[in-house]
Amino acid sequence: MISQMEGSAAVAQSVALCRPDVICAYPISPQTHIVEGLGALVKGGTLAPCEFLNVESEFAAMSVAIGASAAGARTYTATASQGLLFMVEAIYNASGLGLPIVMTVANRAIGAPINIWNDHSDSMSQRDCGWLQLFAESNQEAVDLHIQAFRLAEELSMPVMVCMDGFILTHAYERLDIPSQEQVDAYLPPYDPRQVLDPAEPVSIGAMVGPEAFMEVRYLAHAKQTMALDLIPQIAAEFEAGFGRKAGGLVRGYRTEDATTIVVALGSVVGTLEETVDAMREGGAKIGVLSIRSYRPFPLAAVRAAMKDCERVVVLEKSFSVGMGGVVAADVRLALSGIQVHGYTVVAGLGGRPITQTSLTRMLGDAMADRLAPLTFLDLNHDIVNRQLAREAGMRRSGPIAENLLRDIGGKVEATP
Amino acid sequence: MAVGAMTMLQIRIHGRGGQGVVTAAEMLSIAAFEQGAHAQAFPSFGSERTGAPVVSFCRIDTRPIRSREPISAPDALIIQDAHLLHQVDVFQGLSPQGYVLINSGRTIAELGVAEVAARLPQGRVITLPASEIALRHLNRPLPNAVLLGGFAALTGIITLEAVVHAIHDKFKGRVAEANAAAATEAYVMLKVPA
Repeated sequence: MISQMEGSAAVAQSVALCRPDVICAYPISPQTHIVEGLGALVKGGTLAPCEFLNVESEFAAMSVAIGASAAGARTYTATASQGLLFMVEAIYNASGLGLPIVMTVANRAIGAPINIWNDHSDSMSQRDCGWLQLFAESNQEAVDLHIQAFRLAEELSMPVMVCMDGFILTHAYERLDIPSQEQVDAYLPPYDPRQVLDPAEPVSIGAMVGPEAFMEVRYLAHAKQTMALDLIPQIAAEFEAGFGRKAGGLVRGYRTEDATTIVVALGSVVGTLEETVDAMREGGAKIGVLSIRSYRPFPLAAVRAAMKDCERVVVLEKSFSVGMGGVVAADVRLALSGIQVHGYTVVAGLGGRPITQTSLTRMLGDAMADRLAPLTFLDLNHDIVNRQLAREAGMRRSGPIAENLLRDIGGKVEATP
Repeated sequence: MAVGAMTMLQIRIHGRGGQGVVTAAEMLSIAAFEQGAHAQAFPSFGSERTGAPVVSFCRIDTRPIRSREPISAPDALIIQDAHLLHQVDVFQGLSPQGYVLINSGRTIAELGVAEVAARLPQGRVITLPASEIALRHLNRPLPNAVLLGGFAALTGIITLEAVVHAIHDKFKGRVAEANAAAATEAYVMLKVPA
């Protein structure tokens, strides 16, 4: 049914249509509305049978998810930011054990300084944890990706993160098409676990593995993610056949066919980039956008195929490896090894800094003229950065950086909530 | 200025935490959807606290909306708290053909925004005592739904019927009825007979 609704409420409905047996909930902005929505659906009897567990922390949320999944339950949870970091040890266990848990990450920055706004630092910090990571461009795609995620997770027996931009998507109201229960049931069969803790047929899950087989277990995780490179497009094609719209897949190009410049990005900024590209095309610029929808596994071949005829690549990312530069950019470079293209990394939108068409147009113009720095921070306020550097050069006790910068821009310094 | 007659319309709502600023943008988007338009509403993503300045946004278009950036060049402004007029640059980026609806029982001159009004076409800056109307209907000075009724009359972007539908989508029972009655009163108050 098509209606105007909040992204989080829509994701809650989508997850409910997947008939999860267990939901582990711990609140953290900007994810909270999703589990609240699911809690209401369970309490109201719409989602039944389902065990909705309020746990005491994110670490508990993932630990309970592991137990539930190992017992054969279709299991879901959601988190963001520091919450994701708090569950990290259990996150690695979930993938190491091959448990097909689905988790929404409502992407948000990581502190310090404390910041509740959107960027991709949280899920990017977990890119090597063994979970598959799918990125949603819009709330409709977030709705659709959750349905695909359960299929994918259970066919591979691997956990899947669905990453959606916190606030920008989770708190946005837009026109959304929520599928029917019949459609979802036809697409997503009941969970048939590869391994299950069953008193009638006892097994142990979670053996200690020494040097004799550890590498092989890890290799198999990689082999499964490699298999997912074939499975993800297949599942997306079946989704399109059943639901009548496109969602998911490895990558999606927009006006890339004849583009000499291609911007690579993930998540909701792709929409803003499409508007920017359309406007620049009217001025004659041959520019396009490549949206990476599966970040893990990383589609090296698909990215390479999309880029093979272009002259320059701009990777625009809401993540940043301190002391190195781009996170996504490093992967894109690997996809392009042997291809001679100009490569630019643009870090943008950290901690919720708006990414505007005006700034994108200026930056992309600089890139097309090949006068962009190899590593650029979009709309960085060099003035306050330089003032702090001068302060640190001029005195020993220069004080806390965040507070200094806030005073420099005339903002209020607030106590940590 | 009806939807369909032109390109994307962008509305920015200024108010304070607790005044239903975010809900107003959401209801506006529901009203636009009800009329067959594409609409996108989102908050300014702050850690909203009661009394703190809050901004929300709504885009309305005939085609799907892809841009996700905050609205910097609005076609219309709704100011839920007139005290913000001189505390925050609420008029920033306003279209020269824009509309401004201010929650106040005072005149434009009394509010000190006559200069802004002079830069816009005649009749584009309007005040509406929305908190007083809300107080009478709801026993609470919550101006958001009332202002949407006034917004429908001022701009014609959305109809009163769509606003009433959106109110019933967001609220239930007596609260919905009272808000709808208050919005209707505001609409009648501002509607210029055709």
